[in-house]
Amino acid sequence: MDIYRPASWSEALEVKRGAPESVPLAGGTDLMVDLNFGRARPQALLDLTRLAELAGWDRDNGRVRIGAGVTFTTLIAELAPELPGLAIASRTVGSPQIRNRATLGGNLGTASPAGDALPPLLAAGAEVEVASAARSRRIPLEDFFIAPKVTALEGGELIAAIVVPVADGPQQYSKIGTRNAMVIATVSFALALHPGRRRVGTGIGSAAPRPLRATEAEDFIGGVLAEHDLWSSGAPIPEPASARFGELVAAAAQPIDDVRGTVAYRRHALAVLARRTLAWAWSDYRSAA
Amino acid sequence: MQLNLEVNGQVLQADDVWAGESLLYVLRERLGCPGSKNACEQGECGSCSVYLDGTLVCSCLVLAAQAEGRAVVTVEGLAGAGLLHPVQEAFLAAGAVQCGFCTPGLIVATHDLIARNPAPSDPEIREALAGNLCRCTGYVKILDAVRLAAEKAATS
Repeated sequence: MDIYRPASWSEALEVKRGAPESVPLAGGTDLMVDLNFGRARPQALLDLTRLAELAGWDRDNGRVRIGAGVTFTTLIAELAPELPGLAIASRTVGSPQIRNRATLGGNLGTASPAGDALPPLLAAGAEVEVASAARSRRIPLEDFFIAPKVTALEGGELIAAIVVPVADGPQQYSKIGTRNAMVIATVSFALALHPGRRRVGTGIGSAAPRPLRATEAEDFIGGVLAEHDLWSSGAPIPEPASARFGELVAAAAQPIDDVRGTVAYRRHALAVLARRTLAWAWSDYRSAA
Repeated sequence: MQLNLEVNGQVLQADDVWAGESLLYVLRERLGCPGSKNACEQGECGSCSVYLDGTLVCSCLVLAAQAEGRAVVTVEGLAGAGLLHPVQEAFLAAGAVQCGFCTPGLIVATHDLIARNPAPSDPEIREALAGNLCRCTGYVKILDAVRLAAEKAATS
């Protein structure tokens, strides 16, 4: 097994061009487990932890561009005002030791359906900035995940950054697991209110081969809020509408039975999480109005 | 592969390192620092907690090559040779050590907590130590020890 330790982003892209089989390694909280247990023996590792270009974030024109190497600890400490949903989800990741190492780019690259950062990024309308030695391109996050642990990255490409619109309304995230810390989601759900566009964004985790938006549920609840002009009045959302929203979110999922939960449980829990996060976010919206 | 890293203030050299080796393995098996414990090798138990450039990490999840040229502090390096750090004294005084296997990781994690938050509340202590498992389940005394360590740090 070879190891490449580039000192700059351009050098990393050159390495990846010459050795497309090399596996990127950032915080190591996923890949090192597979190495320690002998489950992965890549031909080569590409260490990304020395790249200053990946380590920071900046805000420009209503968007936050987060370097792929930014850790969950940094997301929590620095980005809660701009990206509250992502910050809530980040607080549920692992333990302090894990959050100090695990990176946002790693969460995307690992492409687990259970990745905690993925539902809030979907709900917020994030894009992934990927680059190769030849070019850079942006991919809408919902098109980035193909299957469990499979992404739209092509040979020679690395994740450079995640670009997320700054929150224009309340955001929520909720996750079910067997304990409060150090736990992978049985299901998770993220919701973002977009009062400016009169839209509601959603993200479903751990209930399909890839993280998903519940677009039918988004259209439905957006229609209810518009029809009754609730965005302006701030009146409560009618109970049948939030119940229907929960049903549509559950229907959008494609869960499986596994060690963490059953199909029936996951659908039921998703409907509950969807109603609950909608109620929390709407309550925040009304009290801010 | 040869690696050079600073461990507890000393620059050390490890030879014949395999590219896939963890920092924990290199510390324990190549550099004579067995204080950090090897239990789960998947970041669940916290027994291998060390500082890497001042940040609390699980050394089992750091590729040793990633630590090249960086500064590592292990439980052995918290106090001077032959001495105990006040956090270690607090664990002894509170009876927070049973089998002792989780203790080094808990000591380092507690050291990090008190450095960041000198007067942690109980929920903050639980959150900070959520990644450190004690299979003797001696958490009551461990929490006592953390409170005692914070008090000692505040009055010293």
